[in-house]
Parts: sequence; C-alpha cells; structure tokens
Amino acid sequence: MEITKQTIQRVAEVSRLKLSESELKEFVAEFKEILDVFSKIDEVNTNDVEPSFQPVGLKNVLREDEAEKCLTQERALSQTRHKQDGYFKGPRVI
Amino acid sequence: MRIPEFVQAVKRGEIDIVEHTHKVLDICAHVNSEYHYFTAITQEALQRAKELSRRKEKRGVLWGVPVSAKDAISVMGVETTGGSRILKGYMPLFDATAVEKLRDEGAIIIGKTSQDEFGFGSFGINVGKGYEISLNPFDKRRVCGGSSAGSAGITQKLDTHASLGESTGGSIVNPASFCGVVGLTPTYGRVSRHGLLDYGTSFDKIGPMAKSVEDAAYVLSSISGHDKADATSANIKKEAFHSFVKKDIRGMKMGVIKGSLENADTLVQKGCQEGIRKLEEQGCEIRTIELPITMKYGVSCYYLLATAEASTNLARYCGMRYGTHEELKGDFNSYFSDVRSGHFGKEAKRRIMLGTFARMAGFRDAYYLKAAKIRTLIVNEYKKAFKRVDALVSPTVPKLPLTFDEVKRLSVLENYMFDVLTVGPNVAGIPHMSVPVSMQKGLPVGLMLMTDHFEEGKLVQIGSKAEMQKQ
Repeated sequence: MEITKQTIQRVAEVSRLKLSESELKEFVAEFKEILDVFSKIDEVNTNDVEPSFQPVGLKNVLREDEAEKCLTQERALSQTRHKQDGYFKGPRVI
Repeated sequence: MRIPEFVQAVKRGEIDIVEHTHKVLDICAHVNSEYHYFTAITQEALQRAKELSRRKEKRGVLWGVPVSAKDAISVMGVETTGGSRILKGYMPLFDATAVEKLRDEGAIIIGKTSQDEFGFGSFGINVGKGYEISLNPFDKRRVCGGSSAGSAGITQKLDTHASLGESTGGSIVNPASFCGVVGLTPTYGRVSRHGLLDYGTSFDKIGPMAKSVEDAAYVLSSISGHDKADATSANIKKEAFHSFVKKDIRGMKMGVIKGSLENADTLVQKGCQEGIRKLEEQGCEIRTIELPITMKYGVSCYYLLATAEASTNLARYCGMRYGTHEELKGDFNSYFSDVRSGHFGKEAKRRIMLGTFARMAGFRDAYYLKAAKIRTLIVNEYKKAFKRVDALVSPTVPKLPLTFDEVKRLSVLENYMFDVLTVGPNVAGIPHMSVPVSMQKGLPVGLMLMTDHFEEGKLVQIGSKAEMQKQ
C-alpha cells in the first residue's frame, strides 16, 4: 500500500502527536521501508486460524464482584498538581 | 560470591549486611558515574539493611542480597519512569508484586536501572530525553544491549547481585548476552505484572538477571506465583526452581533451530558450539529443528502486535494525573498532543505511530488481526517442536556486542530485524534463558535455551550444565 505524507499525518493525529516537518518526512520514508517488509505476512495462509491475543490459552478470568480497599482519593491525587475539589483537573474540553 | 553462599554467610554472621550495603552503594555510585547503569540509587537501602540486621529471625532466601529493578518496575517512593521524561517525578504509591516478593525474602533494593524508553530498543541506546546511555561492562565503546541494559551491566559489575529485568520481545536475554550474565524470561503469566509499566500487555514478563543460573533460579522462585492483582497471572503451583540445578540432563533431546547458528557471526557460532558441546558431553542428544514461520515472519508479527498494544498503553501518558506536567492551556487534544510530542523520545513516537497504524480502521485486518493469527501459528510451531525435543537452542543474538558506531549505521528496519532470534519465544510466551557460554575476543557469547510453557525448572536444569565455569 501507498504510504503518503497524509497517511502519516493522520496517524500522528490519532496518536495525539504533533510532528515537525522533518519528523514527518523521516517517518514517511521509514514506514514505507518497514511496512514493505511487514506486509509479507500476507503470504501466510491463515484460513481457519483463530487469532491469539495472548500466548498461553487463558480463558475468561473473572472474580467476585466485591468491594475491596483501594487508593484513597487523596493518595490518588498526590502525583498531580492539576487538581481541584478532590478531582483531577484537565484541559478545556469545549 | 553467589547468592546461596552469600546468604549463608550473612546468616552465620560472617557478613555484616549494613557494612556490605554501604560498600555496594559506594561501588554503584562509582560505577554509575562511568557506565550509567542506574536511573536512581536508593539511599533507603541502608535503612533497610539496618532494619533487617536487627531482626532476630532471618528466614528469606535472599537475606541481605542487594538487588536492583529495571526502571519500568514500580518501587514505592522511588522515582519510576520507564526511562521516559514523560514520567519524570512519578513516585509509585505501591511496590510491584515482584518487588514486594523480593522484599519478603529479605532482599535490599539498591536502585532502578537504565533502559530504552518504555523498553523500546535492542541496544539500550533509545533512552528517554535527558537520560544517559549504559556502556558495555567489557568495552565502553560497545552497547549493553537492551532494553534491560542497566540491569545487565550492573549485574556483571557487582560481586553478589541480581536484578529484575523485563522482556517484551527479548529485553532480558539480549542484554544478558551482551553483558555476560544470565537472563531468564519466564512463561507469560508466571510472574505477576502488577506494578510494571506496560509496553505490550500480552507480551510483558518480569524476570531475573543474575550472575549464575542458580542465582537466577533463586530469584525466580521468589517472585513467581499467582497474584489476584494481575488477572493474567497463572494460577499454578509455586516451584523451587533452584532445586533443578542438581538434576542431570542425560538422555534429554535438544533442538538447534535451523538457520540460527549458520546465520550468526563466526565467533558467535564458535562460542555457542562450546555450549552445545557441553550439553552433548553430559548425555544430551542434539538435533536440528525447523521453525519456518517463526524465523521468517516472527519479527513482523511481533512488531505489529507489540506496537499496537504499546500505542494503547501509552495513551495514558498525557501530563495530567502523574509524571510531567505543563501549564493547562488550549483544548484537551492540543494540551495532550503538546505534552506527548515534547516529552516522548523518537523511538517511542515511532512505535506509537506504527501501532496506531496497525489497528486503524482500514488497516486493522491486514496488519493487527493477520499478525494475531500468525501468532497462533507460531505458538503451534513451538508446541509441535516440544513434542520432539525437551528444549530448543540458538544463539541469543547473532552478533558479538556491537559498537555504538555499528548501531548508528543500522536503519530502523535493520534495528528491528536484529531481534530475529529473541522475538519467537516472546510471541509464544515460552520461557527462555540466555546463558554465557564463552568469551570470544574478550567479549561474552550467550546461548539461548527455550522450553515449553511453565517448564522453567527444565530450563534451569539444562542451563546450569551449559554455563561457563566461573574464574
């Protein structure tokens, strides 16, 4: 597939990264080289093969829905200076 | 002195652990100024040594042993950043389960070790902005390997030491090989990941780096076990892995992975042959095993899946709840993007981008999902091999430790391809270990052994027979 400057720009936006013009140029060239090789996985016949999302055959891991002790609000907020009235304070949304 | 001897000497009162810890911290500070193995040296270690020495009952198998942990592993109250500036100032409010278990056995945490940012590298050179690069303990012009670079380097330099490393695609065995120490990556789920900064959630494993197979086994016995704080940790019986050192290996079958030796540098081949010969002399039968899909598509499969997972895991770093903060300005997209662009290093950006691409609408089926299916084929390929042999063998890394100049000349793709031998066992989640088997031109050569899921005992049993005799 064709990797263009627009593709990389779009990926950067979704990734919440701002790239400089030179980074953008570099990534276009690198992604072309990398994806050219990675695309070869297409050769492998995977008909009737289930995907693995972990390697050791874990099944659904469930626990009882019981309340347990956890971090206090105060401690959870202790690592930030962006807080107000016991909540995290984030940047403007609208 | 190896861990069991050291602990015995401490318990007999022949070693004063306060004095010893003091001495070790001094050595670490000195070594660090030259080799850059630590992101933090913990002065609290002395307090801990004093506290331990006052206790009447001395029960742990790591009593008084100085240990370190890769920076990605949380140590309560000690800055933990995964080697990234975006987490600068983050002080975990709890210990990782593996660290807590080390403490339960009487270990003394002396510091956090240098690494490629979030584990993104094979040479230890992709450190976050503002961090120093670790230098190889045998030759400062060469790299330590990665990403658990500092853990490997300091383990080589200290007399009695073990370190917790972490592997996603080879980050324990690769630096172990380059620094001449033992690195043991357990089965996925054997050791709790609770308190580890995630890279690839379905790949990450915490494991020991040590001066001998037996030392590594003692540490693994201490840190393994089910943990309800990690839903993917395996609920199986704990084992005393160190007891496997004494078991012989007569009649076991070893499979050398086809292409792994032939494509390695001559000196690496020569070194590995020495290790394989030792196994043969102790009664093992050596065969050749083919892993065609793993060897051809393993690197692509690994990078597509692991970066896809990394891109979601690293979404949480946005300068709001912990770590680096900026003044809150602009809307949330612009604030988060500014913080992330300013504080992530280049390789972190590259992997976030690659992973985001692999799971974006329109590309997901061709890359992420296809790679996940190939992962199934790779797991099956190993499972089939372990029906024929007890363990698989290959060089850990196809080359001797590279110089910084050699690494600089590699393209990004060549960098990734360098992991060809280590990604397979990580994709399949099987336990594997790098054992120093030879010195060639003054540089160490590591032999990698792999066994089936949850057969770490067998790995210890075989590895202890291949390791180079200590001077």
